Amino acid sequence: MYDPTVARLTYRALLGRRRALILGALPLLLIVLSAVVRAIAGADDQTAADLLGGLALATMVPIIGVIAGTGAIGPEIDDGSVVYLLSKPLKRSTIIFTKLIVAIGVTMVFSALPTLLAGLVLNGNGQQIAVAYTVAALVSSIAYAALFLLLGTVSRHAVVFGLVYALVWEALFGSLVPGARTLSVQQWSLAVAQKVAGGDLVTSDVGLTTATVLLVAVTVLATWFAGHKLRSLTLAGEE
Amino acid sequence: MAVEQPTPAPVPVQGDQTRIHNIGYRSYDGPRLGRAYATRSLYSQSLRGAYGLGRSAKSKVLPMLLFVVMCVPAAIMIAVTVATKLKDLPVDYTRYAIFLQAVISLYIASQAPQAVSRDLRFKTVPLYFSRPIETADYVRAKYAALASALFVLTATPLLVLYVGALLAKLDFADQTTAFAQGLVSVTLLSLLFAGIGLVIASMTPRRGFGIAAVIAVMTISYGAVSTLQAIAYTQDATGSVPWIGLFSPVTLIDGLQTAFLGASSSFPGGVGPGHGEGAVYVLVVLGLIAACYGLLMRRYRKVGL
Repeated sequence: MYDPTVARLTYRALLGRRRALILGALPLLLIVLSAVVRAIAGADDQTAADLLGGLALATMVPIIGVIAGTGAIGPEIDDGSVVYLLSKPLKRSTIIFTKLIVAIGVTMVFSALPTLLAGLVLNGNGQQIAVAYTVAALVSSIAYAALFLLLGTVSRHAVVFGLVYALVWEALFGSLVPGARTLSVQQWSLAVAQKVAGGDLVTSDVGLTTATVLLVAVTVLATWFAGHKLRSLTLAGEE
Repeated sequence: MAVEQPTPAPVPVQGDQTRIHNIGYRSYDGPRLGRAYATRSLYSQSLRGAYGLGRSAKSKVLPMLLFVVMCVPAAIMIAVTVATKLKDLPVDYTRYAIFLQAVISLYIASQAPQAVSRDLRFKTVPLYFSRPIETADYVRAKYAALASALFVLTATPLLVLYVGALLAKLDFADQTTAFAQGLVSVTLLSLLFAGIGLVIASMTPRRGFGIAAVIAVMTISYGAVSTLQAIAYTQDATGSVPWIGLFSPVTLIDGLQTAFLGASSSFPGGVGPGHGEGAVYVLVVLGLIAACYGLLMRRYRKVGL
C-alpha cells in the first residue's frame, strides 16, 4: 500500500527548492504573531482561543492543506509527467495512498506543530487550549489532505476550488448560514478539540459522534474516489 | 534548382560552388505598427483573458462567477432600498469592497497567475520580447490590464448601487460625491492588489502555486492584522489600532478611505486613522504600488534572455 520511492518523489515535489521556505513562512508568522500578542496582552485563555481558532485553524490549516494536498498530485497531472509514474507496475491506489500519507504528513508538520508552539507561547497550554487546537489541526490535516488530493485529481483548477471551499464556504458561509457549519471540516475537528479541552472555550456546532463519522467517511471516500479517478485518468492538453 | 549529376564527383565540393539561391522571397515593406500597437494588443488581450474572453469555456467560469458574486449583493441592496423606501443606501460605496474583500482576493489570486505564470512556464516571454516591445511595455501592459480588470470587478457593483440610488430618488449631490469617493478608493485598491498579485505570481511558473501564494499573502495578512487589532482594542491600546492596519492590503485601503474619503472604518470599534496617520497610509499605499512596479521591472529585466 505504501511505496517509499513515490513518497520520496512526492516529498521532493512538495518541499524541494524554495517551496519549503514558502510553506514555512506561514507557521513562522503564526508563532511570531503569538509572541507579539503574548507581549501585548499577556497570557489570556480567551485571546489564545481566538487567535488559534481564528487564524491557525480557520485560515492556516486549510491553506497549508490546499498547498500540500493539491501540490502532491496536481502539478504532475498538469504537466503530464504523471504518465511516467502511472506506467510503473504500481497500483493506482498505492500511488494515491502514498501521496495522501505524504500530504497528511506535510500538512501536519507545517500546521499542527506550529499550532502547538503558538499555543504554548500564548498561554502555556492553559485549560488544555494548545493541545486541543493541535488535536483539531491534526485531525483536520487528514481530512483536508484527502479532500484536496481528490480535487487535484478531478480538476485542473484544484487550488482555486480548494480555496473557495476553505475560505468562502467555511469562513464566509459558515459565519452567515448556521447550516453550512455542519458540512465543514473545521467544525468537525473542533468537535474533537472540544472533547479534549473539556472547557467552554473551544466549542463546535457538531456533535462528536457525527463529527467523527463524517471525518472518517470524507477521508475514506475522498481517497477511494481519488484512486478511482486516477485509474481512469485522461490527460488533457493545456487549455 | 540542383543540377543533376549522373555520377557523384570524386572530389569534395568546393566552397565556391555552394551558393544561396534567390527563390523569390520578398521582404515586407508595408507600414509597421510598432511598439505602442504591440503594447496595446498585449493590454487588451490580457484584459480579455482576465475575464476568460477568448479562452476556453472552462476558464470563463470562475472570473464570471466571481463577477456575479460581486454584483448580486449590490442588486439586492438596491431592491431593498427601493422596496422599503430607505432614505440612504444600506452600505456606503466605500465599504462595499471591504465587505467583499474575500471575493476580490480570490479573483486576483486566480487571475494574476493566469496573466503572467503561463507566459513564464511555456517560455512565451522571449517571443513577446522578439516583438518591438520592451520590458517596461510588457510590465506596464500586464499591470494595467490586471488593474483594469480589478477596477471593472470593483467599480461595476458601485455603478449598480449609484444607478439604483438615483432611481430610488435619493439625494443626487450626496450620492454623486459618495460615488466619486468610492471610485477613487477602488482605483487605489485595484492598483495595489494588482501590483501585489503580479509580483507574487511572476515569481513562479506554476499556476497553482501562484494562486496559493497570492491568497496566502492576502488572507493571512488580513487575518493576522484583524486579530491583532481586535486584541489591541480589547486591551485598551486603541492608539495602536490604526498603526497595525498598515500591514495588510485590505486594511490599508480601509484606513486610507477612512482618513480622506469619508468612509466609516471596519476597524474594531470604528477607530480609523486620523488625517496625520492617514498621510502615512497614503504614503505606504503609493509606495507599495511603486515598489510593485519596480519589482516587476526588475523581475523581467533578464527573463527570457
